[in-house]
Amino acid sequence: MIRPTARNITEDEYFFGHKACAGCGGSLAVRIALKVLGERAVAVLPAGCMSAVGFNFPQLCFANNAMISTFAGTASMMTGVEAGLRARGERDYQIVGFAGDGGTADIGIQALSGAIDRNDDMIYICYDNEAYMNTGTQKSSLTPFGASTTTTPVGGKIRGNVSGKKNMFEIVAAHGIPYAATANVGYIEDYMMKVRKASEIRGMKYIHVLAPCPTGWGIRPEEMIEYARMATDCGLWPLAEYDGGEFRLSRGMGDPSILRNYIKGQKRFRHLSDQDIGHIESMRDARWEKIGGSWKVPGRDRP
Amino acid sequence: MSALRPCLRSTVPEWKNGEFPDSTAYEAGYLVHRNSGWRNRRPVIEPELCTGCLQCYLYCPDGTILKKDGKVSVDYDFCKGCGICAGICVHGAIRMEAERQ
Repeated sequence: MIRPTARNITEDEYFFGHKACAGCGGSLAVRIALKVLGERAVAVLPAGCMSAVGFNFPQLCFANNAMISTFAGTASMMTGVEAGLRARGERDYQIVGFAGDGGTADIGIQALSGAIDRNDDMIYICYDNEAYMNTGTQKSSLTPFGASTTTTPVGGKIRGNVSGKKNMFEIVAAHGIPYAATANVGYIEDYMMKVRKASEIRGMKYIHVLAPCPTGWGIRPEEMIEYARMATDCGLWPLAEYDGGEFRLSRGMGDPSILRNYIKGQKRFRHLSDQDIGHIESMRDARWEKIGGSWKVPGRDRP
Repeated sequence: MSALRPCLRSTVPEWKNGEFPDSTAYEAGYLVHRNSGWRNRRPVIEPELCTGCLQCYLYCPDGTILKKDGKVSVDYDFCKGCGICAGICVHGAIRMEAERQ
């Protein structure tokens, strides 16, 4: 595999002129994935930010073939596109789906599960901005604990979202998928490498990329990359790969103490008390204990 | 030869049936609006400080940083002025300037 870099990926832009908010993490995830996959990629997008900002007829921002699917049917429409291209005798194509966290973990999960079961040759990318941002920040099952959204508002008794973030990466891996990975737009080289790797594996692939949303998270647009990196560095968003029945950590935790800055800097978490932050820290530590016990960690031979 | 990208067209498409598009499918990469009106700050590249590391090119969500002679330049028609490029540049070669009215 040739590691994709800024110098060897195509200069063509396949997602350009779109109407995403300034500093949008999701649009960066789509743009970079298409630059790695090239013009023979066919994109399928359900309802969500990226279909809302990319297809404002007649402003059509995808330079490759792209279509909007039903909200629940991203993965099943990808299967149909793949079967259609195969029936026409086409070669060297990539089917890629870009669904948000709601379109993946809530509404589209059965279609995704079915596609993994059929093991069709395609790449499903979930850009996770941690709520239904397109419709104005409603809670999804990938919204983290404590986040204030319009459906989990902060009041006298309830302080934001009371449930935690669904572990979508391990749910997908539990199907026995050929390749699954978590990525982060803040570590773009790692994300590009995972997209390239996925494009060279036959069968179903899943990449879950964290894509901060300045509008919904309550951060300034220029801080988007900084917060994306902090999420991984403080241990809340571990970067890992799953293939051949094995979990492999791509990057260790940076500085666990910056979790407090990560939380306190975002408007959606600003109401959280020290006790709430302590709860988030203990959930993170429990997760990392599990990772340390069973995942392959770089620089260590055995778990 | 410049790179392929969706490009601005001078005309808005017309369709036979009047108000409604003829089909649900349409030409890819058909742009009719610029995004420059969203911006109240613009990134300005300092060519002497730019080393051509291309980090801004990779991290721009809009793809408006262009490679040029081993360095970079900005497509001001589509830059939204988010400031990610200025934050990512470790050489301090990009500064954000207020947009003049």
